[in-house]
This record gives sequence, structure tokens and C-alpha cells, in this order.
Amino acid sequence: MRGLSMRLFLVSLRVFMVITKFCSERIAKYAFEYAYLNNRKKVTAVHKANIMKLADGLFLESCREVAKKYPGITYNEIIVDNCCMQLVAKPEQFDVMVTPNLYGNLVANTAAGIAGGTGVMPGGNVGADHAVFEQGASAGNVGKDKIVRENKANPVALLLSSAMMLRHLQFPSFADRLETAVKRVISEGNCRTKDLGGQSTTQQVVDAVIANLE
Amino acid sequence: MAAFLARRLLGTPTSSSSALISASRAFSSSTTPIKATLFPGDGIGPEIAESVKQVFTAADVAIDWDEHYVSTEVDPRTNSFLTRESLQSVLDNKVGLKGPMATPIGKGHRSLNLTLRKELNLYANVRPCYSLPGYKTRYDDVDLITIRENTEGEYSGLEHQVSLFFSSLVKNLADYLSFDFVKVVKGVVESIKIITRKASMRVAEYAFLYAKTHGRKKVSAIHKANIMRKTDGLFLQCCDEVAEKYPEIEYEKVVIDNCCMMLVKNPTLFDVLVMPNLYGDIISDLCAGLVGGLGLTPSCNIGEDGIALAEAVHGSAPDIAGKNLANPTALLLSGVMMLRHLKLNKQAEQIHSAIINTIAEGKYRTADLGGTSTTTEFTKAICDHL
Repeated sequence: MRGLSMRLFLVSLRVFMVITKFCSERIAKYAFEYAYLNNRKKVTAVHKANIMKLADGLFLESCREVAKKYPGITYNEIIVDNCCMQLVAKPEQFDVMVTPNLYGNLVANTAAGIAGGTGVMPGGNVGADHAVFEQGASAGNVGKDKIVRENKANPVALLLSSAMMLRHLQFPSFADRLETAVKRVISEGNCRTKDLGGQSTTQQVVDAVIANLE
Repeated sequence: MAAFLARRLLGTPTSSSSALISASRAFSSSTTPIKATLFPGDGIGPEIAESVKQVFTAADVAIDWDEHYVSTEVDPRTNSFLTRESLQSVLDNKVGLKGPMATPIGKGHRSLNLTLRKELNLYANVRPCYSLPGYKTRYDDVDLITIRENTEGEYSGLEHQVSLFFSSLVKNLADYLSFDFVKVVKGVVESIKIITRKASMRVAEYAFLYAKTHGRKKVSAIHKANIMRKTDGLFLQCCDEVAEKYPEIEYEKVVIDNCCMMLVKNPTLFDVLVMPNLYGDIISDLCAGLVGGLGLTPSCNIGEDGIALAEAVHGSAPDIAGKNLANPTALLLSGVMMLRHLKLNKQAEQIHSAIINTIAEGKYRTADLGGTSTTTEFTKAICDHL
């Protein structure tokens, strides 16, 4: 979303969406390559091209072109409002989802909420030269001093994000070990922070993960 | 562009919000039937419209239906398949019920929904979303209402390719004046979002008035003003102003990403939500998904001068049309919204309870709810429950 904005009398105008072929192609290529390398079966493009005919139309065109180069991966498209409805009713139908900026924010937060919340979802930001890994969804987990003071913050999201980073750095066995340990701690169920319905502190969860590392 | 802005600012005359409680409807006796426009629509539309008529008759609702159909030719006066007479009927009757309409493919005419929205100045889309007892989804205690601004925002329809030497605004002016010298950059398109004080105040006023008249406790304004400072900022400012006039109603502002997260984790955190166009579109569908989908969701569009057009927001389902399989729940619940708007609360409640009880009982359910009943059987069950 770009920042050109102006006020004209009682009207506020903003150029809120600039879609370029270059960026759309780039993200589509990343999505399909990610799916290919991670053995994912399907890529779904999320859009609102019935209304934003030019902008999302350009985005979809780019996705379709890239899809042709990956015949082994199923490609489909879904309108963003229907997408959110399907996510809350039947999230298992989705695999990899590629979206423009604004919808991506909404869809990512919705999906993260369904899967367990901000405290457990990992994420990464990837660029041509650098990559920064952080929690996948930021909703409700920023600037909460009370959680910090009471040591209730959930470290799972950041731990899983670091596993993603290890994978990016091509240390797959370390990444696997970390992920397995974290998942085991969560599934065992007796060491969880408040957001997952438990009463453990942040440190207790971390200790449990370390204890579970093989 | 300048013409567009001028039209928006001067616009159609606004009646005061007191018109929302239309005085002309205050005294409806059972002897003088109220005229209401009915658009049965396409596909399963006529069947479910028939259900509505049967249930309303069984409940002794004194409504005189003024039926209109989408024509097969474009009416030049409206540039759409909806005739001038159909639109005038809603403007005269001030209330209507609409089934699903499939917009014919092709150019040279406006979409049906767009025609209705523009001609009737439908500025707010209201969708109550509540869990239906007896129909289980992952969420059991949803009870919220989404109110979406329906005329501007991200869907103002202003998209274009970016020009090289001039800003897009100047390009629009150049187009308007038919200057041909501006070069266009290939592969870059721009979309403009418009927020006006007028539209924002209008929908905010409606949201708080709705909350008050329906006994709701809280209104949440959904936005992304941390990024879209001026546009969503203006929307929030308007909500703030209206909130001050209703000190008894709790008011909060929630960023759209938080809102999505909260909705899927704990929908009971919300009561009434008021939103600009794009977020409203997505969130209202998301909430429909929480309770079972569009086949069960009622919806009502509010226009200037107290006009209300209730509609079923699901599709026309051509594959099951004419087979007596369709689920009339969405259209029936929308009809109930229409009755409440007309202040026929007793009958609205009667019909509403009948629908809820029929679904809860589980004996008669249409295929989409996991049952085997036909439309007529389901309708009869509801009439029996009255």
C-alpha cells in the first residue's frame, strides 16, 4: 500500500493500491517455487478482481503466467470475501495462498487465528538480498506490557520463526530438531502459556523445549 | 474526476436521520396492507420467494407484494436489466425484498446490484450474524451485526494505468479535457480510495441508531488508520463524533487485523461492527462463514429517506433451480429484518422463532443443512411452528 494521500475539502483521497507487473510476478514466482520446494500441492491466488478489475486483474494475470510453468501444482483463484468465509468454515481446503498486500494482511491474521493465534504462528519476510523472520501475525501481541511483566508471553511463534530462519540458512537438521521439540511440548499439553489455555511462564515453556531437544 | 468529486460533495439531498424511523409506517393496522416490492430473482429465487409469501400469509402479515422481475432487455432509462418501473416501485413503497439475481454477462449495462445501490442510494449494508441453535458450526455463540458502508471507499471504481509525466489526478483531468499527450507506464496500475465525511457520518449515525433501537451494548469501528491515516482517519473521526452523542453505548476502535484474529478466536467479543466498504465486504462474509454460510445469512440495505431493501445474499444456484431443493432460510430471515424495519415486531418475532425452532428440531431440513426435506416440506414445517 503506497503513501500518497491528500485532503481536498471534506474528502480524503488516497492512492491505496499500486499494483505492478514486476512485483506481482515476483511474489507469484516465490509462491510457486516455495510450493515446489516444500512439496505443497496447491497454490490459491486471493483477489478481488471482480471489483478491482485493473489492479487485481494485473495481479491475477501474473499468477496465471507463473502457474503455467508449474504443471504439477494445482492453481486456483478465490475472491477474498469468499476466501475468509471458507477459511472459517473449512480451512483444510487451502494449502499455499498468494495475495496482494492488503488482503494478505487480513487473510494471514484470519488463518493465524484459526490455527491457534498470534502466539504460535511463525513468519518470515523475504527479499532479494535479505530475509527477516518474525511472528506471522502481529494482532494483539504488540506493546502488551502486562504480558511481559507477568512472564506470560508465548515464545512458540518466535521459536518456530527461528526454525524457518535455520531452514533458510540451509541447516535443515537443526531446524527439524527445534520444530520437533516445540511441537512435542505443545502436543503434550502440560506446559502452555495463557493464550493456549495453560498457566506456564515463558521460561518454563523454553525449558521444556530445551529438555525435548534431541 | 472533478465532476465526480463535485457530484459527491453536492450529491443527493440528505434527509435527517430521523427519517430512518419512517413516520409513514408508524400506524400500520392489519386492515390496510403495506405495499412492498418483491424481486424474486433468478434460479432458486422464485421458489424461495414463494416460501416467503406462504409463511407471511400463514403468520397473517398484512403485506401486499408488488412483484417485479429482471427483464431480458436493457432499459435505456436505467442502463440496466432493471426497468425504471421496478426501481420506482421501491422508491414509492420504501421497502422491498430481493432474491438472488444473476447479473448477465456482457458490457453496455450496469450490474444489477450496482444499479440498485446507486438508484436507491443504499448506503449501509446490515447483516446480523447469530449461531442457529441446532445447526452446529465450530462457533456456538456468535451474536453480532456487521454494518458496512456501501457507497464509496475502496470500491469507488477509480482505477487507471499510471502515467509517466503527470500524477494520476492530472491525467484524469487531461482525459476529461481530451488531451492526448500523456504517456502511460505499462504494467503499473493504481486504484484510488475515497472517504467522505458525508458517507462516513451517515453510516456511523445509522450504526449507533441501530445499536440503540435494538438494545445492543457496543459498537466497534474497524479500520486501518495506522496505515491509511487520512482516509480511515476521517472515517474514525466521524465515528468518534457520533459516539459522543450516545454515551450509553460502549465504543471501541479495532484495527482490521486484530478484528480478524478476534473474530476467529472469540466472536463473542463483538456486538455491532461498523466498517468502510472493503473491510465490511470481507468481514461480513467472514462472519457469515462463522454461523454456517451465505445460505443462512439475512441482509438488509438501508437507503436515504428510510428505504430498506432486504435481500438474500447467496447466489441463484442454477444447478438446483426448479427442483424444490433450495433452502429459503436466508430470504425468510431477510424478510424478518424487513418486518422489523416496518415495526411489525410481533409478527417478525413469531416468524423468526418458527424458523429457529424448525431448524433446531432437526426433523425438517433442506439438503444444504444436512437433511432431506424439500423446500415445500421445510416451508410447511415453519408454518406449522407458527
